[in-house]
Amino acid sequence: MGFELREIHKHFGSVRANNGVNLSVASGELHGLLGENGAGKSTLMKVLSGFHQKTSGEILVDGESIDLRSPADAIEHGIGMLHQDPLVFLPFTVLDNFLIGSPGPERLNRRAAARELATLADRFGFSFDPDTPTRRLTVGERQQLEILRLLWLGARVLILDEPTTGISAPQRLKLFATLKELAAEGMSVVFVSHKLEEVEEICERVTIIRAGTVVGERDLPCPAAELVELMFGGEVEIGERPVVGLGPPRLTVSDLTVRDRMLSVEGFNLEVAEGEVIGFAGLEGSGQRIVLDALSGLRSANGGTITVNGRDLTKVGYRGYLDGGVQFLPAGRLEEGLVAGLTLTEHFVLSSRSGAFLIDWEGALAETVEGIAEYSVKGTPDSTAESLSGGNQQRLLLAMLQDNLEVLLMEHPTRGLDIESAAWVWEQLLRRREDGTAIVFASADLDELLEYSDRILVFFAGGVLAEVDARTSSVDELGHLIGGKVTS
Amino acid sequence: MDVTLASILAASTPLIFVVIGETITEKAGVINLSLDGTVLLSAMVGFAGAYESGSVIVGFAAAALVSALAALLVAYSSIALRLNQVAVGFVLFQLTGELSAFLGDPYVRIPGPTVTYRPIPLLEDIPFIGKIFFQHDLIVYGSIVLIFLTYWFMFRTRRGLKLQAIGERPEAAHSRGMPVNRLRYLYAAVGGGLVGIGGAAYSLGAKIGWSEGHTTGLGWIALAIVIFGGWHPYRAAFGVYLFGALQFSAIKLQDVFPDLTQVLGTLPFPIMIFTLVLVYSDRVRSLTDRYPALRGILGSDPPSAIGTRFDVD
Ligand SMILES: Nc1ncnc2c1ncn2[C@@H]1O[C@H](COP(=O)(O)OP(=O)(O)OP(=O)(O)O)[C@@H](O)[C@H]1O
Ligand SMILES: [Mg+2]
Repeated sequence: MGFELREIHKHFGSVRANNGVNLSVASGELHGLLGENGAGKSTLMKVLSGFHQKTSGEILVDGESIDLRSPADAIEHGIGMLHQDPLVFLPFTVLDNFLIGSPGPERLNRRAAARELATLADRFGFSFDPDTPTRRLTVGERQQLEILRLLWLGARVLILDEPTTGISAPQRLKLFATLKELAAEGMSVVFVSHKLEEVEEICERVTIIRAGTVVGERDLPCPAAELVELMFGGEVEIGERPVVGLGPPRLTVSDLTVRDRMLSVEGFNLEVAEGEVIGFAGLEGSGQRIVLDALSGLRSANGGTITVNGRDLTKVGYRGYLDGGVQFLPAGRLEEGLVAGLTLTEHFVLSSRSGAFLIDWEGALAETVEGIAEYSVKGTPDSTAESLSGGNQQRLLLAMLQDNLEVLLMEHPTRGLDIESAAWVWEQLLRRREDGTAIVFASADLDELLEYSDRILVFFAGGVLAEVDARTSSVDELGHLIGGKVTS
Repeated sequence: MDVTLASILAASTPLIFVVIGETITEKAGVINLSLDGTVLLSAMVGFAGAYESGSVIVGFAAAALVSALAALLVAYSSIALRLNQVAVGFVLFQLTGELSAFLGDPYVRIPGPTVTYRPIPLLEDIPFIGKIFFQHDLIVYGSIVLIFLTYWFMFRTRRGLKLQAIGERPEAAHSRGMPVNRLRYLYAAVGGGLVGIGGAAYSLGAKIGWSEGHTTGLGWIALAIVIFGGWHPYRAAFGVYLFGALQFSAIKLQDVFPDLTQVLGTLPFPIMIFTLVLVYSDRVRSLTDRYPALRGILGSDPPSAIGTRFDVD
């Protein structure tokens, strides 16, 4: 089923997120949508899926103009969207998530639905325990569940908003295979991503938007440089990685044991030198996060010691770590990093280490304006955190980091960032190494791990399966290790 | 023994309506903190309505209407006026409470109609059970049916699933085509109506008559029991009966151990706190993650979006 968008405008107050967008996708086509952070991609897709009401414009499905008043109308017309952050209900079971919003008789027939879920899952090689709370699923599995649900509801236009940012490499391969299969059956797929390689791998055509309007449409394959130029209105310079000599040990972890409800990491050892960058690889939930939690003081260690610059921080608590120059940037931006409802200025006030009783609003405003400019956050000091686009939320978090850090811990530091921003962010981060900051980060992006780490630790089921030298390793090797296969 | 249990059941009936009603409202994401005042006002309106019309049914209907309006007012202030639900709830608590004292003045301590005793033939003759469950008035039977009906609705029907969805993650509910705010109005009204029936069940049944401050304090207890009940109708009902049993023993033991009654009266509260500590512990949580059957009894996640507003754009 094909669709067409004509002259779509979507304004939020004075913000023109979409400013006359035209887009047409044929039946069976895999269509890519590219654009820098804040270009208006998510907004456009939310208009198409009925989540947002368009300010003006026309939406046609199979040549007929349709009126979308709600997501219910969109699903009725066969348009289904997988949101950037899968919109599932975390405490509810997998099966209930599958069922909520589906049509049918008032009395639920869970057994029949479970059978349908199993059949659909089988077809694409997914597997679910229908009674698990969705909270226990990885982001990739939540996506798979949402895709199955949309197919079950009869979607024939499938929109995927940055579906690959939170998932593992094998899950991505599975997703791509699924999308190709669906397109072969006549499904129109819109694939929003920041990764040119991914778009090139599966899409036939691509539309590039910038500042709310379409700036180009290309058949693939097409030279990457051309796409980049369209996206950013110029070439993107990716700076050479500065070479920094490693200093004495900055962070020493010995025999660390941490546990949470589902997982425990025992006997973890690590020594990070001044200016060194360590990458944590592994499937989500293999232990990287709880180790980072322990290293940042968010979770108290069940055993072992953590020392920074020779000072034992094991028992000092989160504040003690902050005072000791250790800071952590978690992956959940709105959940863990930012406060929804507060403005950017208020965020800067919160993150400042000033002990003054009264807030110096003028100073805070100046600092915010400076931070916004320095980190090119698309927003004003009065914008609320949740109104920023995903990429800009990440920029804000980076802008709020303290200056002279001893140890910087991060989880998915460039998730959701466009190429230019990602390159720029790493430039900023790597510059910190000159002051001797040691960096430890977890990422699902193998290229990022290889490109920016010195050493990579591969986590598997709560243990470190292997340590590899980033200069000599490859995506292939890492991929195997992450899956638990040790090659000799 | 059977007489004791029967009295506990009868005395707990109004609170069952109030607690189940508020559970439904909160499941939809609306928190109605005016409960203590609303229960008072509906007890008074229920009595006055029945007194003036001579019909108990009119009394219940009037009470349900008034209380539904109060809950709708909370929902409206949040959805349309963008006010804070907690703040509006508190103000409304004061307002409805004062209103009950002011408007109820002519009805203080006068005799009025009451719900009629209506044992169920045959069933009432079952030994032991019959005495406990089947020798009451209709409103008592209604409260028992309500518990099971609410459970069935919430967890076994499509609409019930939607009710849970809008209070858990409204943007996800919206993306699945649910009219979130319309449903919130609906369930605020339904829950509020049940609270009103609970209020009238005091003045027309469990604690007959009207006087100023007739039910003071029970609304707050109901709010606590909703939390204790983990937003689950069965556990909430268990909380109500436990509370009723402890209150009952406190009264009965008053003559025998005058000192002990003080302790018994306050016992529900430490028990509630202890239970909450237990169900929120990591161990219990990992158990409920693994065994879905236990989730109903031990699960205790509040609706995540409770007290929040949802705007589409
Ligand atoms: N609900 C909203 N209220 C106000 N402004 C919004 C809202 N949603 C989006 N915007 C603004 O609209 C613009 C486009 O945002 P959108 O989320 O569509 O960007 P995007 O292309 O998806 O970016 P990213 O790659 O970072 O996800 C941004 O400037 C953003 O701040
Ligand atoms: Mg986006």
